[in-house]
Amino acid sequence: MMAFKHTYFSAIFWPRMRRNRLALCGGSIVLALFFVSLLAPVLAPFDPSAINAYAVLSPPTWHHWFGTDELGRDVLSRVLYGSRVSLKVGFVAVGIAVSIGTVVGLVSGYFSGLVDAVLMRAVDVMLCFPAFFLILAIITFLEPSIWYIMMVIGLTGWMGVARLVRAETLSIREMDYILAARCIGCSNTRIIFHHILPNAVSPVLVSATLGIAGAILTESALSFLGIGVQPPTPSWGNILTSGKDYIEFAWWLSLFPGLAILVTVLSYNLFGEGIRDALDPRVKR
Amino acid sequence: MTAYLMKRILVLIPLMIGITLITFSVIHLAPGEPVEMQMAMNPKVGKEARERLTKFYGLDKPLHEQYFSWVGHIVRLDLGRSFSSDGRPVVDKIKERLPVTISLNVIALLLEFGLAIPIGVLAATRRDTWLDKGITVFVFVGFAVPTFWLALLLMYFFGVKLGWLPISGLHTLGSDSWGTGRYLWDLATHLIMPVMVASFGSLAGLSRYMRSAMLNVISQDYITTARAKGLSERVVIWKHALRNALLPLITLLGFSIPGLIGGSVIFETIFAIPGMGQLFYQGVMSRDYPVVMGILVIGAFLTLVGNLIADLCYAFADPRIRHGEG
Repeated sequence: MMAFKHTYFSAIFWPRMRRNRLALCGGSIVLALFFVSLLAPVLAPFDPSAINAYAVLSPPTWHHWFGTDELGRDVLSRVLYGSRVSLKVGFVAVGIAVSIGTVVGLVSGYFSGLVDAVLMRAVDVMLCFPAFFLILAIITFLEPSIWYIMMVIGLTGWMGVARLVRAETLSIREMDYILAARCIGCSNTRIIFHHILPNAVSPVLVSATLGIAGAILTESALSFLGIGVQPPTPSWGNILTSGKDYIEFAWWLSLFPGLAILVTVLSYNLFGEGIRDALDPRVKR
Repeated sequence: MTAYLMKRILVLIPLMIGITLITFSVIHLAPGEPVEMQMAMNPKVGKEARERLTKFYGLDKPLHEQYFSWVGHIVRLDLGRSFSSDGRPVVDKIKERLPVTISLNVIALLLEFGLAIPIGVLAATRRDTWLDKGITVFVFVGFAVPTFWLALLLMYFFGVKLGWLPISGLHTLGSDSWGTGRYLWDLATHLIMPVMVASFGSLAGLSRYMRSAMLNVISQDYITTARAKGLSERVVIWKHALRNALLPLITLLGFSIPGLIGGSVIFETIFAIPGMGQLFYQGVMSRDYPVVMGILVIGAFLTLVGNLIADLCYAFADPRIRHGEG
C-alpha cells in the first residue's frame, strides 16, 4: 500500500470511493467472505464430510438449509468450507501472476530495446494459447492438487499485468525525478524498485482484484470438470459436478454453489472497478 | 497493403517458434523421464505405445535434437498416434472434430456481435437512463456467471423442467433416416443451448466495450458537425458514429478467439458435443498425451491465425493502420 500516501488516501481516494455504493457493497461482501472462510468451522451447522444415509438428496429444509447431496452431506456446510478453497486459490494464484507480471513489466519498460522486444514477444506467445487449454494440458502431466492449480493459474495469467506495468513504467521512466535519481547515482535496481514500482502499483491493485475473480472462476471450472480440487475436499466447482449428475432430481445441488461463485466473483469485480474509478482522475462522479 | 501484410506475416515466425518451445516444455514438465512418468501414471499404455512415444519425441536423444525432431514432425502435420485403443493418428482425430467446434464458435460469435452491438449502442445513446443502468447490471452479472453453471441451469430449466430442448449431443438417435427439414430442425434444437452458453460468456464484455467505444465517438467533433447540418439522430448514430465505434471491436474479435476455443472444452463436455473441446477433455482424462499436445499446438495456431485475420480486417477497415506508422 506504499502508493497511497495517507493524505492522498484520506483526501481523494476515500471520498470518491465512499460515494460509489455498488463498490462499497462489493467490498463489504469481499470482507464478509474472509470471515466466512475463517470461521467456517464455527458457522457450518454440520461436518462438511459427515455422511448421512438417512438424508440422501434431501431438498432444502429447516434442518438442511441448502439440502443435502448424494451422500447425505449438508450442502450449506460444504459451500461454507468451499469458500476456503476459492479464496486460497484466488489469492495465491493472483499473487504469483502479479509478481511475475510486475517484474516482467518493470524490466521490459525500463530497459526497452532488445530486452523489451524479447519479453513482449514472450507475452504475445503466451497469449496465443487458450489459457484453459494450457492449464488443462499442464494439469494432465501433474497429479491434480490445489497447489499445482494455483501455480498453473498464476503462471498462465501474468501477461495482462506485464503489459499494464510496462506501459506505466514507460511513462514514469521519462519523469524528472527518475533523471534526478540517476544523477545522484542510484542503481538500476534501486530506481526500478524504489522509484518506479511504488508509482506503478495502483493499476496493478485493480487488475489483481479483478484477477482474483477470474482465478476463482477458473478454479471452479477445473474442479467442475474433475481436474481441480479433488473430493472429498469440498469446493464450489466439485459440488456442482454432483449437481450435474443429479440435475434431474436435485436442483439445490446446482443452485447454491453456483450462486456462491456468482456473488463472490461479482463482489470482487464491483470492488475492483470501484477502486479503478476512484483512482482515475478522469472519472467524475 | 502488401507491405503491411508481409510485415504481419514476418511477425508470426518468432511467435510460432515460441509456441512450439512452450508446448515442448510442457511435455517435459513431468518430473524424471517423461516416458517413465507417463507410463506410471497411465497403466493402460503398453510397451509398444511406449516405444512409439520414445521414438516420436526422440526421448533417447539430447534435448535440442528432441526439439528439432519434434518440430519436424509438427511441420509435416504429424502429431503422433493416440494412446487410445484405436491408435489412430491424432491429426485425423482432430480433423473430424474441428469443423464442429469451429462452426459452433462462428455461430456463437455472430450471435454475440449481433446482440452486443445494439446493446452497446443503446446503452451509450441512452446514457444514465434506467435502460443504461439495467444493461450495466446485466453486464456485471454476465461477467460473474460461471458458464458451466449457466449451462446447468439451462439444462435444468429447458431440458428437464420444461422438456423443450434436448440436453446432449448434436442429433437424436436415428435422425439420419429423417427428411432434411426434420433433420435440420433436430440439429438446430440441439444447438440452441450450447450456442447460448458459448456466446453468453463474452457478450457482457463485448457490449460494455461497445458502449465505451460509442461514447468515445459520440463526443467527437464530426458527430457535432453531422448533427449541426441537420441529419436525423438515427443517421448520426447508426451511420456516422457506429462505423468508427466498430473499429476497436475488430481487434476484440481477435482477442476473443482463445477464450472461445478454450471455452469449448466446457460446453462441449457438458452438452456431450463431439468437437475438439470434448476430444481434448477426453484426452486429459485418459492421459492421452499425443492428443493433448496435438490440440494444444493446434489451438495456439488457430488463435494466431484468428489474430492475423482480425489484424488484416482492421487494416482493411482503417487506412491509418496500413499506411501509417502501425
